[in-house]
Amino acid sequence: MNLFELLGIFNYWVFAIVLTVGLYTVIAKTNLVKKLIGLSIFQSAVFLMYITMDKVEGGTAPIIQKGVENQVFSNPLPQVLILTAIVVGVSTLALGLAIVVRIYETYDTIEENEILDAD
Amino acid sequence: MDLTPHLPALQVIVPMLSSPLILLLKPRGLAWAGAAAVALFSFAIALNMALAVARGNEFYYEMGGWQAPYGIALSVDGFSALVLLIITGAAAAALLAARPSVDQQIEAERQPLFYSAFLLALAGLTGIAVSADAFNIFVFMEISSLASYVLIAGGPDRRALPAVFKYLTMGTIGATFYLIGVGMVYMMTGTLNLADMEARIGDVTDINPILVAAGFITIGLALKAAVFPLHVWLPNAYAQAPHIVTVFLAACATKVAIYVLIRFDYFVFQANLENHALQFSTFLAPLALFGILVASAVAMFEGHIKRLLAMSSVAQIGYIILGASFVTTAGLTASAAHLFNHALAKGGLFLAITGLAYHYRDLRLDQLAGAARTMPWTAAAIVVCGLSLVGIPGTAGFISKWLLINAAIDNGDMAWLLIAIVLLSSLMALAYVYRIIDTLYFKPAVVAQAPGEAPMQLLLVIGIVAVANIVFGLFPSFPLALSSSAAELLLRHTL
Amino acid sequence: MSLDNATLNNAILVALCVPLITAVGIQLASRVSDNLREVVTLLGASTLAWVVWGMLPELFSGERPSWMVAELLPGITLAFEVEPLGMLFAALASGLWIINSIYSIGYMRGNKEQKQTRFYTFFALSLAATMGVAFAGNLFTLFLFYELLTLSTFPLVSHKGDEATVRSARVYLGILLSTSIGLLLPAIIWTYHVAGTGDFTVDGILAGKIAGADVGLLLALFVFGIGKAAVMPVHRWLPAAMVAPTPVSALLHAVAVVKAGVFAVTKIIVYVFGVDFLFSANSTAGWLIYAAAFTIIAASLVALRQTNLKRLLAYSTVAQLSYVVMAAAVLKPLAEIGAAIHMVAHAFGKITLFFAAGAIYTAAKKTELHQLRGIGRRMPWTMTAFTIGALSMIGVPPTGGFVSKWYILAGAFQADNLLAIFTIIASTVLNAAYFLPIIFMAWFADEPSDAKPHGEAPPLVVVALCMTALLTLGFFFFNGPVIELEQQLVKGMLQ
Repeated sequence: MNLFELLGIFNYWVFAIVLTVGLYTVIAKTNLVKKLIGLSIFQSAVFLMYITMDKVEGGTAPIIQKGVENQVFSNPLPQVLILTAIVVGVSTLALGLAIVVRIYETYDTIEENEILDAD
Repeated sequence: MDLTPHLPALQVIVPMLSSPLILLLKPRGLAWAGAAAVALFSFAIALNMALAVARGNEFYYEMGGWQAPYGIALSVDGFSALVLLIITGAAAAALLAARPSVDQQIEAERQPLFYSAFLLALAGLTGIAVSADAFNIFVFMEISSLASYVLIAGGPDRRALPAVFKYLTMGTIGATFYLIGVGMVYMMTGTLNLADMEARIGDVTDINPILVAAGFITIGLALKAAVFPLHVWLPNAYAQAPHIVTVFLAACATKVAIYVLIRFDYFVFQANLENHALQFSTFLAPLALFGILVASAVAMFEGHIKRLLAMSSVAQIGYIILGASFVTTAGLTASAAHLFNHALAKGGLFLAITGLAYHYRDLRLDQLAGAARTMPWTAAAIVVCGLSLVGIPGTAGFISKWLLINAAIDNGDMAWLLIAIVLLSSLMALAYVYRIIDTLYFKPAVVAQAPGEAPMQLLLVIGIVAVANIVFGLFPSFPLALSSSAAELLLRHTL
Repeated sequence: MSLDNATLNNAILVALCVPLITAVGIQLASRVSDNLREVVTLLGASTLAWVVWGMLPELFSGERPSWMVAELLPGITLAFEVEPLGMLFAALASGLWIINSIYSIGYMRGNKEQKQTRFYTFFALSLAATMGVAFAGNLFTLFLFYELLTLSTFPLVSHKGDEATVRSARVYLGILLSTSIGLLLPAIIWTYHVAGTGDFTVDGILAGKIAGADVGLLLALFVFGIGKAAVMPVHRWLPAAMVAPTPVSALLHAVAVVKAGVFAVTKIIVYVFGVDFLFSANSTAGWLIYAAAFTIIAASLVALRQTNLKRLLAYSTVAQLSYVVMAAAVLKPLAEIGAAIHMVAHAFGKITLFFAAGAIYTAAKKTELHQLRGIGRRMPWTMTAFTIGALSMIGVPPTGGFVSKWYILAGAFQADNLLAIFTIIASTVLNAAYFLPIIFMAWFADEPSDAKPHGEAPPLVVVALCMTALLTLGFFFFNGPVIELEQQLVKGMLQ
């Protein structure tokens, strides 16, 4: 695989790196908010993957126009899917933050190790 | 109008649409009644479909009349009918028994929200079971997960919050892994319909992305299913949840993830990837065996009764995975039957614990000493369900254990090791179940004894589930018919 | 015997249900009065005996009443069949239940025991399980009721509920359940796997299906898995069970439970392996005689060193049980008859001895051997019965013990088995060595000067033990029907 091919799948490299960064943050950080940020980054990477795969070179939005033959358009399905996934991600984040707020109210801290010590 | 063909859709729509309606029912008695009625109705639908499936029918439903692969397809076969029966049965039992316990644990004004989230979780889980589409499974999985996070966090104990946070992060990672896998398969095949995927993977020239996808999907779902060693979120989440939520989730939440794991693997990968069956077993069987042994050992020394049973769930998940890892009819039948029987035993146990918790605030084992003296029926239900968990003949647990051991015998050189481990873990289960019984019956009480039995409403449901453990131990033909049809169905999709 | 087309048999159904109904009746009657409860017990016991003994004519005419209840899994059925061995066991247990109930009433009232209703209830339940063991038509059914018997006797063993009792009860449950799950269950699964069935069949089901070292191994799994047969080293539960009230030790741990063990071993040797098959594979099945002989001698030696009367009787039981196992393992017709008769003879003798021990405890609160000096003069009836029982254990005519020893010896000569002959002679000497000093002490030694005066035990107790003592004597003279019945057992193999 030469350099050109490697760069050609640039988007996937970004996907992989962002995914790893996100996962690392979730695992390594003890601050719960940072964990949630990591989780969001992690999910965003997947959105990126879906958006990348639907792109067809030279494609337009998938709207049928009168008089245009052999129209090339990007695959709309992954976009629809990822719209749903974004909604899911946002709800998860919102719920996660709500829980962090509750944790802060009851434990007075959002550091994981301090919470474990408190019980 | 004959509604029968629409049952798969109704199965999801009924709880999903009634969930916001419950919010409007301000008097909490009404909210409970509404939720319980919906759960019972769902159970009736599931039972109806299960009976039809046992007669050899299958349900296939296209939403809005759009044909697959463009439309969204729902399907109900032997396997999903069994899982639906477990989900709706657990929900109905939990909700029918819920009122006294929920009144105690959840503030009155939040109760409609609680029941609403409960129905949403039910809708999500049933949605997973009826979906024939990989992405819909993801969406329903997240609906049910989000709802269960809310449910678990709703308890009065503050330790529920860190537990649910852990569950949320690990659950989301699992679901995202699954999503990555599905995306990769979609990239290579251009479809999300499971049946279509199976048909099209054969034409894929570069198989590597599919292999990576299989890895992502298996790990992601194993995380959701709490397969050892990915189970760390489970014990605390179950232990700290409101008791009635534990009943529901312990009986079916992880099982649905296992269901997706098995279904996805068999429907999409087994028939297309060379040596996949072997890889599948060599990856999962050791995890299952370690899970069985380690989790049972931990359960033997666990001091909190709900954590003890949660650890035991991890071990029992090991049995289910072990059976599936044989890739044989016998093994899959055992797995499917154990899905059902374990739900019955563990659901019954957690229901009885809910009964104990009505009078005992602290559920550490030593605090419960002597509880049987004033709560004889609840304690008797714990004995019956506990024996079912151990696998004593005459109880439901014995049936699946027998099937599993019989399936293991055909496993060649490994057979003796497998049987030895299953029997050893049964003995360990006996040890931890006996610890509970010993404490309840023989230890001198350390806290003020319960003034009497659990409330009648709760007790009645506990009794029904306990009796079901015996009935399905002596007359298991119905769940077995579903299990074996599920196994045959899955095996049709192997090389 | 084809179990598949066997239909409902009323007598078997009734025999199983009578103790269950009695248990319910005891619970209900106890709400009214204790006297009514006792009447229900006696009524239940008499009805059961009437029903069971009513099947005898059919058996003598060669019929085999049977009833297939349900098919749990393909090939695995819940089925009953009455055959000579099981009939003998059932007749014995049901008949002695009447006498034991009379005794129980006297004993429990005399000692002002707690929770008598629970005691009688579980006693009735144990009898139901015993009937199930006796009439089991296949290995699975046997296993089911075997476990139920363990579970239903557990509350009886732990009756007192104090620390020491519960600890012993734990040993009891632990050994019996763990051997049955760890060894008996795999043996049963193995049998079903190789033979395709577990139905008890004349000439066995394993001939030609299994060979070489496997025969010995499978037999070992069965013999040690059936912990109730108390072949060393799985005998420890029996002395532990002596913490139970004496009526329990008398009927259950001298008759029902332990006989269920040796009965199961005999039944498996005769109907699963087949005597001819085992004899031909003698090389690997021969170890059983050594194990049994070792148990007889070792248990007798341990009994010599006991200072507690009930523990001495327990070890004597361990030894006597292995007589039955050894007789069955001699694999000759006369020895198999001897095995069956020894169950009866030992039952009469040992129940008398336990009754006497309980009577002494009730009247004088004495449990140790050295306290028995001169007790014969204060309790002449009891000690006369004790003497008769002890002589039967040694095998002195005119007691029942002589008859069975005669048959076992005859069988041993048939097989030219010097080991068996030597063991019987040696153990007779040992039996005499530990029983004769007690008898001598009780009748001829002087009472210690500081002894508290006491009289005979309550009348009901004395009546019961005199009845069993008479049975012990009577069996020497009237053993014809039993032998006739058991000859059917060995009809095919009378060489």
